[in-house]
Amino acid sequence: MLMLGTAAIGALSFAGGAQAADNKEVQMLHWWTSGGEAAALNVVKQALAKQGYGWKDVPVAGGGGGAAMTTLKAMVAAGNPPTASQILGYYALDYADAGKLADITPLAKKNDWAKVIPTALQKFTTVNGKWGAVPINIHSVNWIWINKAAMEKIGGTEPKNFAEFVALLDKAKKAGVVPLALGGQPWQEATMFDSIVASTGGVEFYKKAFIDLDESALKSDTMKKSFDNLAKLRDYVDPNYTGRDWNLATAMVIKGDALVQVMGDWAKGEFAAAHKEAGKDFLCYRFPGTDGSVLYNTDMFAFFQVSADRQAAQTALAETAMSPEVQIGFNTIKGSAPARMDISDASFDVCGKKAIADIKAANAKGTFLGSLAQNYAQPPAVATAYYDVVTKFVHGQIKSSDEAVTQLVAAINSAK
Amino acid sequence: MATVIDPIVAHAVQSPRLNIKDRLRDWIPRLVLAPSFALILIFVYGFNLWTLVISFTNSKAFTNFNFIGWANYAKLWSWTFQTDPPSNWYTALVNMVLFGGLYVVFCLVLGLALAILLDQKIRGEGILRPLYLYPLALSFIVTGTAWKLLLDPGIGLEKAVHDLGWTSFHFDWVVDPRMMIYCVAIAGIWQTSGFVMAMFLAALRGIDSEILKAAQIDGASAYATYRRIIIPIMRPVFMSALIILTHMAIKSYDLVLSVTGKNPGGAAELPSTFMYSYTFTRNQMGVGSASAVVMLMTIAAIMVPYLYSELREKP
Repeated sequence: MLMLGTAAIGALSFAGGAQAADNKEVQMLHWWTSGGEAAALNVVKQALAKQGYGWKDVPVAGGGGGAAMTTLKAMVAAGNPPTASQILGYYALDYADAGKLADITPLAKKNDWAKVIPTALQKFTTVNGKWGAVPINIHSVNWIWINKAAMEKIGGTEPKNFAEFVALLDKAKKAGVVPLALGGQPWQEATMFDSIVASTGGVEFYKKAFIDLDESALKSDTMKKSFDNLAKLRDYVDPNYTGRDWNLATAMVIKGDALVQVMGDWAKGEFAAAHKEAGKDFLCYRFPGTDGSVLYNTDMFAFFQVSADRQAAQTALAETAMSPEVQIGFNTIKGSAPARMDISDASFDVCGKKAIADIKAANAKGTFLGSLAQNYAQPPAVATAYYDVVTKFVHGQIKSSDEAVTQLVAAINSAK
Repeated sequence: MATVIDPIVAHAVQSPRLNIKDRLRDWIPRLVLAPSFALILIFVYGFNLWTLVISFTNSKAFTNFNFIGWANYAKLWSWTFQTDPPSNWYTALVNMVLFGGLYVVFCLVLGLALAILLDQKIRGEGILRPLYLYPLALSFIVTGTAWKLLLDPGIGLEKAVHDLGWTSFHFDWVVDPRMMIYCVAIAGIWQTSGFVMAMFLAALRGIDSEILKAAQIDGASAYATYRRIIIPIMRPVFMSALIILTHMAIKSYDLVLSVTGKNPGGAAELPSTFMYSYTFTRNQMGVGSASAVVMLMTIAAIMVPYLYSELREKP
């Protein structure tokens, strides 16, 4: 009976539209559903609960960001946006350009966020000087994850450049371990190729080719060599890699069936979930030849224009997400680095400490660059055209590096 | 002309006040059908028109109304013949023919065969029928994932056979981009043929036994009875099955992604996956809409003549 009563009151308050009182509910659209991700998000939920804000997930049919983005588009188009949504780089810019994002500039000024968030990243949080989103974490894709026991068994050492990396994989192959755990899905192959390009041509070349889309760089011999190097790595995967999910590939490294995985640092969440310790059970190095640069992607919370009674919840969510405690709590679980550069790295593991230091250094040097595979270098149309070429090359529909480069230029031009 | 009075009109003129009962009887079917008619008009045909309009604009992430004429269709046409390396659209079309053809033909053949075999008054039919029908109760995602694991050479069928000792056995279609689409077809056929069987079985049960007795007396063999009497009688069921299977094949989406693991190398692209990815993930809504219109036209080109020939008044 009591429940019926409250339900009725709830229904009434919804029917009433805008109320005088603040709406104490944060409606959040996200696709953090795996164990580690959900645990990380709980840090944000609990911090909000302390301030008296309830949390409501916006249900998304199907996993992955694609389905969520479709849901979000429908909600915004219908004039019923969530309080905030997990969002990736260029998607946020789409909404900002369409004038759908809230303006949280006063908050940003009050908290001095512009000083602590890496400069390159602010391209996605601010459009025309207006803040519309905040980053909750910084992931980077140019990592390799190595099973320490397997490494010791074959007597390997940290590879410093691409040639040494291939030599290490060769050693593993001879010892009968699967050298490279790869999930043969388009986004994973493209994520690995990001690192290969930065390693083969250097970080300046990466910037010219993928951030500036300079056609001479895309067509260059360096790009051809990058594809050759990708073909080299393909020789070290097991025959059943096609279509494998990324976390299954990580599991191969965790179990010691495989030596290395090239993957963003969300892989660390899988190691943590299996109770493995950085430096003791597994090793993390920057992708050989990319040390000192960070190819990043970040999860942001984008804020939409909502009715006046929901703005307090929005403000609370933005400030909570950016608060040092939540940044530490969230990112130690998620495996990423905090999005603020003024946070102590005391509670992070070896890999986390390295990530934090790298981000600071790369931001100062200008080698903090968006990952093309993760939608932080180019709009989705270009990024998916890039997926097409890389995945067709890996799976043999494109047979030579020359052809791959020609196709890459054509695909990017048609997507622009 | 004016002297001939249409009997119906005459009837209406004669009794301006039909009794209330008759009037209700006239109106009830219309009233009952009106809501669904209105909904279908808006949500199917209205949105078809909307998609058609969008396909002539350069809509990217959101819809806009900058009309660019036939440019999106021109793009699709140029992709249609781009075979080396195959464009996504070309792959989608080729796969549609392969997958659709295999799926429809095998489901019909298997469904009919199963129905005829079950119709032999065998024991245990009550157990067998739901067994064959049961796969349809699963969602395509579940079917797809199960088949993906089953066909995976590292953990599935191939490994099981190796463990039994036949080590030269080789079956890696699901990780071979050229054979992937056949795996999707296998999973689809497994899921749907039981349903087709149920349709045929119902039709078989509906055939008048008098006709069959007459055929027996005339000394027709079982084969001839089926070929010349039973299957021709079941023609309408073929039509229903074909329509259902065709639209299932064309809208297959979740099955493709789950069997192949996100479609590596774009090897298992179908028009439906193409349309979805261009409209929603690649932010090229104009191109996506154009491909949707092309799909609609293709289905119409197949279905309309067929429906026309089937529904025509037989002389």
